[in-house]
Amino acid sequence: MKVPMNDFRHRVFSFSRMTAIAGNTFTGLTRLKTFYVLLLFALLLIGSSVFMARMTFQQEFQVLKDIALGAMSIFTSLLAVIATARLLPQDIEDRTAYTVLAKPVSRFEYLAGKLLGVLLLVALSLLAMSALFFAVLLFREQSVLNETSRQMAAAPAEQSAEALRLVRASAFNVNLFSGIAVIYVKGCLLAALTLFVSTFATSTIFTTIVMAFVYFIGHLQPIAREYWLQTNSAGMFTKTFLALVVLLFPDLQSFNLTDDVVAGNAIPTALLLKTIAMGVFYCGFYLALAWTVFFRKEL
Amino acid sequence: MRAVAVILSVLLFGAARLPMEHALAETHRQLHFRAVDFNLDLREQLGQLGFVAALSGFRSLVADALFIQAHVAWERTEWGRVLFLFRQITTLQPRAVLFWDMAAWHMAWNASTAAMNDPAQPRLALRVKTAREYFQLGKDFLERGIKNNPERPELYEALARLYRDKYEDHEHASEFFAKAAALPGAHRYTRRFAAYELAQCAGREREAYAQLRALYDSGEQERLPTLLRHLKELEIKLDIRPDQRIPD
Repeated sequence: MKVPMNDFRHRVFSFSRMTAIAGNTFTGLTRLKTFYVLLLFALLLIGSSVFMARMTFQQEFQVLKDIALGAMSIFTSLLAVIATARLLPQDIEDRTAYTVLAKPVSRFEYLAGKLLGVLLLVALSLLAMSALFFAVLLFREQSVLNETSRQMAAAPAEQSAEALRLVRASAFNVNLFSGIAVIYVKGCLLAALTLFVSTFATSTIFTTIVMAFVYFIGHLQPIAREYWLQTNSAGMFTKTFLALVVLLFPDLQSFNLTDDVVAGNAIPTALLLKTIAMGVFYCGFYLALAWTVFFRKEL
Repeated sequence: MRAVAVILSVLLFGAARLPMEHALAETHRQLHFRAVDFNLDLREQLGQLGFVAALSGFRSLVADALFIQAHVAWERTEWGRVLFLFRQITTLQPRAVLFWDMAAWHMAWNASTAAMNDPAQPRLALRVKTAREYFQLGKDFLERGIKNNPERPELYEALARLYRDKYEDHEHASEFFAKAAALPGAHRYTRRFAAYELAQCAGREREAYAQLRALYDSGEQERLPTLLRHLKELEIKLDIRPDQRIPD
């Protein structure tokens, strides 16, 4: 059968529909006061790390990087959970979900668009935090370099150059980018999981509380896994309990590479790629699961 | 029915990702990441809040907070507290070389000097005994630090300095300077220092002479006053032929 030129057939999946929803979600989230309050706290903490670092008399860069990356990790996780937890309940409460889903928009596009909007917001805030962090680091590096140059003015040129090289090496290293990338992947994972929880949750607060528990248990999951896989003396009940913890919760410790980045350890590219792939795998699965629940949900 | 299907999917997904997670954890272990053993000892040391924070992926932040506390304790010369805090810090961040180095420095240099000058202890023998106990604590921090960071030259160098300056054990000092020099990222002077220390070891003069001579022959940049002095001394001691000696 011939299809006329002006027949705009409905496609099952449309990238443009999904990006339109993502754009709207992103705009809606940037209008929230919570976002600015969280971002402000994060920026304040990163900015103040320079003063905290000065409390120690040596190796201030380590303290500065620890505090800044720690703040980025906390606030990225918090933002991902809080922003996602309110999406579906809010849309259902103010009837936006009905308006959108009454149009030829599939529920998968709707969910994927929502998630993409949150991931954009998380990326933007992480970008802002990273920019401030690098600015603070650069500022301190310059101060220390000037101080060192002054102190080493009388020393031979070779010694002076060595001292300056050491300052530069301890301030900035390329692994910081790997650390920030992994923080983002962890944020994405938490957002996808929150979206899944919110598809069957009864309220925003319920989703947030569940995610707080998931966050803590997720960090304990590797301990449970090691115990489950390596201990044979545990009873049946303990083994079943451990198996449930291991199989139900994500391993969030895999995404904690910042401690080692700050300690000056290099993150091999293969490990970084594996960690990112693991994050993508988690996000894809949680999104598919969210769609399974949301597909037949009566709105 | 749908709920059961969802739970089953999550469990199946868990089983599917298990080998991947296990492999990733194994890679972390090989790279000495996740070197912290979360046990009851650590729980007692950190307190409930610190332990929960460390478990939640904020190990480095907790370690930094304790590091700042240790700095305050050092300013107040509360050596017992400094030791207690550094034990927690190094347990939390065993891969941060700075913390091991600082802990050893506080114990072997600052606390030991304070013990030697303690006005509350009139007996010299007891002051010396306390100071030596602090040297031992410093050494212990460095040895454990090396065990956790075998590829980093900084701690070998710190241990060599401790042997040289506190124990006056030139043989061990030379050994650890040499170990530091063999690692990537070591300071150039560590190789020279290993030879200097060896030059002071009775019975190893020939070995020291060979090392110092090799450094001398490697170029102008190594011909520093201490190296020349040691070479001159060894030439006399070993009765080196005049035509093989370095110019005056």
